[in-house]
Amino acid sequence: MSEFFTSVHLKEELCMGCINCIKRCPTQAIRVRNGKAVITKKFCIDCGECIRICPHHAKEATYDSLDIRNRFEYTIALPAPSLYGQFNNLDDVNIVLTALKKMGFDDVYEVSGAAELVSEMSRKYVEEHEEQWPIISTACPTVVRLIQVRFPNLIEHLLPICSPADLAASMARKKAMEKTGLSSDKIGILFISPCPAKVTAVKSPIGIHHSDIDGVIAIKEIYPVLLPYMKDSIDDVEELRISGRIGISWGGTGGEASGLLSESYLAADGIENVIRVLEDLEDNKFDRLEFIELNACSGGCVGGVLTVENPYAAKVKLKKLRKYLPVACSHLADGNAEDAFWNNEVQYQPVFNIGSNMKESIENMARVQQLTEKFPKLDCGSCGAPTCKALAEDIVRGVAKEEDCIHILREYIHKLSGELSRLDIKKDEM
Amino acid sequence: MNDKITMHYQVPADDFTRAGEASSSVKSKLKMMGVKPEIIRKVAIAMYEGEINMVIHASGGTIDVTVSQEEITIVLKDQGPGIEDIDQAMRAGFSTAPDNIRALGFGAGMGLPNMKKYTDELIIDSEIGKGTTVTMKVKLPTD
Repeated sequence: MSEFFTSVHLKEELCMGCINCIKRCPTQAIRVRNGKAVITKKFCIDCGECIRICPHHAKEATYDSLDIRNRFEYTIALPAPSLYGQFNNLDDVNIVLTALKKMGFDDVYEVSGAAELVSEMSRKYVEEHEEQWPIISTACPTVVRLIQVRFPNLIEHLLPICSPADLAASMARKKAMEKTGLSSDKIGILFISPCPAKVTAVKSPIGIHHSDIDGVIAIKEIYPVLLPYMKDSIDDVEELRISGRIGISWGGTGGEASGLLSESYLAADGIENVIRVLEDLEDNKFDRLEFIELNACSGGCVGGVLTVENPYAAKVKLKKLRKYLPVACSHLADGNAEDAFWNNEVQYQPVFNIGSNMKESIENMARVQQLTEKFPKLDCGSCGAPTCKALAEDIVRGVAKEEDCIHILREYIHKLSGELSRLDIKKDEM
Repeated sequence: MNDKITMHYQVPADDFTRAGEASSSVKSKLKMMGVKPEIIRKVAIAMYEGEINMVIHASGGTIDVTVSQEEITIVLKDQGPGIEDIDQAMRAGFSTAPDNIRALGFGAGMGLPNMKKYTDELIIDSEIGKGTTVTMKVKLPTD
């Protein structure tokens, strides 16, 4: 199996070894060992929940600093639509885009513009692929990764169209090469991202062989730098906007689905809700739906852990911003988006398997069940695993031992001290 | 050494919020055991149908699942009213579910037909006034 890359990681010196993150992680990828949290990379889906919950800020996301721009001769900023929801009293997207250029990017390319193309392609694809209904959106990389490792039966429902950020990247690169005559490696395509999962999606993409994005900058990093340039831009706004209502709506839950102009869709957000929808979908519990939009973060991309504004307040701001815009400004005729389809088949990665064949799996699962019975079922987390069952699985996987359970340890010590005192009595009698 | 594992579940009466808990638990265990996705899908759908049937018609019951290297066996046992005419109950679209259940979106008459469709073997043992035992088997391919 290939190396697993994840953006979320631990800042060890800040970790107190508490159990907040192990309890919150939806894939049970974190354990506390020797007083520090440890993330098992192959289980991590980069949802960012541990970053949200950690009271000591010991979880971080890997992303690029603004200095990455120096590596290229010509740079293009790709703002995610969620960026527009971060500012108070913003009434024109062009102010943000102009400010990005003023702060040093040579050009900008709105991800929301590419999103409108993805919407157009999706509309056609959903209509033509009834056998694949309900088609599941693939814009949220955390959701795609989750399905790849945990919902093998749903892989065939994935929308095989690359995300707006990836499409924006390849279109921006083409445009820049034509305009400047520079070779591809001299052009830096830098995505301004609300979430760490996008960093992972660039480093180890799913569905496509290669992402055209050269670097991922966090919204929260660029935010304070951008603000003064925005003030400077107000009297000198350049017309750079290439998206309308559909594109900007992608920043929040339901935006992608409403861009399909169909009523037969479901849109869920928040990782636990997403998992519930996927579980139910796998069991055939839904009536016929055409499309399912899933966002790992509450509120959608505006809820990403690399944003600054409250996600629900950001959604209101997006709504205000798009009010007087045309429905869509980018259309397929503007550019050929044929290569926007996935070109790499998504394979199930059974990372959670407990045995390498059925015989071994039965033995191991039986042992997990026996051990789980033995534990107090308090799910206290003191052993460093989120639940008693998770500890049982760890023991069977060979990465923990029974005495990690403080209740088992206590019994063991009781027994031991009982034996010791008996020995003492015997000694006195001698 | 264990050559099979068993799982036991209690299905509570009239609680739609909990219906599906047992099939979800089995599903997650089978996934960890590396059972082929298409088999898990069959088991999960058949078992969920059976679980819902118990909630709607039989005020709950018990489910016992056994997994061996050869097959997965699901035994659903209840002390409900029993099935009057099994052949009729097996027909797609036939349902005795009351209106309030149908209003919830259940009772389309696909329960038993789906259980048959998604399993390799379905045995229904029912006695009026005593209860019903449904045994379903799904074969596992030898690897």
